[in-house]
Amino acid sequence: MRFFPATEPIACLASPVAPGLLSKREMMMTATPDDGQRAGTAVDAAHSPFLPRLRPRGAVWLTAPAVLVLLVALAYPLGIVVWRSFSDPAIGIDNYVWFFQSAVNRTVLQRTFVVAAWVTLACLICAYPYAYAMTIVGRNMRLALILCVLVPFWLSGVVRTLAWVILLQDSGVINSILRGIGLSPVKLIRTLPGVVIGMTQVLLPFMILPIYSVMKGIDTRLLQAARSLGARPWKAFLQIYVPLSLPGVYAGAIIVFILSLGFYITPALLGGPRSILLSSLVQNQVLSLLNWGRGGAMGVVLLVATFVLLAIAAPLMRQKHTSSRREA
Amino acid sequence: MPSFPRILLGLFCLLVAILLLAPTLVVIPMSFNGNKSLAFPPVGFSWQWYENFFSSPDWTTSFSNSLIVAIIVAVVATVIGTLAAFGVSRAAARTGGLLRALLITPMVVPGVVLAIGIYAVYLDTHLVGTVTGFVLAHTMLAIPFVLIAVQASLEVFDRRLETAASSLGAGRLTVFRTVTLPLILPGVLSGALFAFITSFDEIIVALFITSPYLKTLPVQIYTSITRDADPTVAAVGTLLFLATSLIIIAGLLLGMRRERT
Repeated sequence: MRFFPATEPIACLASPVAPGLLSKREMMMTATPDDGQRAGTAVDAAHSPFLPRLRPRGAVWLTAPAVLVLLVALAYPLGIVVWRSFSDPAIGIDNYVWFFQSAVNRTVLQRTFVVAAWVTLACLICAYPYAYAMTIVGRNMRLALILCVLVPFWLSGVVRTLAWVILLQDSGVINSILRGIGLSPVKLIRTLPGVVIGMTQVLLPFMILPIYSVMKGIDTRLLQAARSLGARPWKAFLQIYVPLSLPGVYAGAIIVFILSLGFYITPALLGGPRSILLSSLVQNQVLSLLNWGRGGAMGVVLLVATFVLLAIAAPLMRQKHTSSRREA
Repeated sequence: MPSFPRILLGLFCLLVAILLLAPTLVVIPMSFNGNKSLAFPPVGFSWQWYENFFSSPDWTTSFSNSLIVAIIVAVVATVIGTLAAFGVSRAAARTGGLLRALLITPMVVPGVVLAIGIYAVYLDTHLVGTVTGFVLAHTMLAIPFVLIAVQASLEVFDRRLETAASSLGAGRLTVFRTVTLPLILPGVLSGALFAFITSFDEIIVALFITSPYLKTLPVQIYTSITRDADPTVAAVGTLLFLATSLIIIAGLLLGMRRERT
């Protein structure tokens, strides 16, 4: 794991990100053998005279087709992007110098990060109480709440963005209501607030699911213990529950921030010339101006920012709550 | 009588639930609009945009293209991803973890960066606008979802069952076919569903590698939104919304039933 500190936490992220698993996990919970039993199984299997056939070294080869697809369709294309950013039109770092010297580009880069931060904050404020409620309500209510997260999660992002175009446009739902009650219409589409609103709604499930999956594992008896020792409900919640839920918060925040940085469809459809984000700039350089070097350099900046953030956030996302649950 | 903070929490959650679901519902009234416009409120009532979706070649071919690509991707990615899941969970812990981290990187690479890279490669290899090109790119994007789904099943799978079967004389293939596969089937099937949806909804890479001769449904929706205010997109959106909701409700109900038995 030392070689790839950046992607490992995403592995624990990934199961809430694939929400079918969320429900499937719940289905399977009853069948899950406890850890001790599973450890025993592993030992049994390793020492069994009947199962020497699939040795670990042989098993690795089963990943070969997947690795091959990744090399062809991920590593090679990214390699081309990096190479062109240093070689098109001439070998050197001209494209990067251009990128960081241009005031427009710096503004867009800064705007991309600011928008990502706002979207992450807005998602967090909406998601934390929602995820908490999911853990304390009854089963039918929980299914309803899960449904409200999963439907938008799996519905095509283009369709959800279309809905926001209809809502935010000058002749849209929000402005018709405002006109209806005698207020002056506001400009929402092709503005930065419009982009932030749309992105927040589209990305909200990515924040709710990781937080919920961590909160689900928190032992609420810890809160009772704190209460019985004289802590007020709010104090018990803030000092016991919130810290235990932080790995989920970090995981949700980092995935939303990263997805926001690279978001393309929603800002492209809801945004205007004054709210262009980095992804649209990359697309514009490559498809409209055919400038692969400059587009590539922007892409590499985006890519590096993503992986640096992952590397920084990786240690924060490790789930500490499981150990404390065992102790409890 | 619930306490005041509880009521506050309930109200807040109701608002968040509305925020999650309600905006999307706006496509439903728009899809029955009598006018060729996406302006609110819709005027009159008509089924013409649904008719248009099922009769206009632009929409029907892009829909069938998406379906074909997504079905092939579901099959290919499920096979490759399931093999990889076995490799990852049966390899030595260190190697397995490393491989897993490597195989799920497609989930975090910014879409546009990936798209321009794939577009550059496809331009050189004449894969732009081909089914092969779409399938290759979408398979790469779908593998992580299959890997995670199948691995979750393998984690709760008791390997002593395999030992038992082989001790009774079953060959390796027989063990896999009659013991392992039936037990991990829920994971494999949900992996296949994830792969299908990943491909069916994918847009960023599709926007770059599309051609006038091969468009997928999301590309057609996107170009329609940017080009004109044609309510057919709202009709498509409504149909996709209904299909997605039905699949998820079915999945949740199925999960509930299994939990009970």
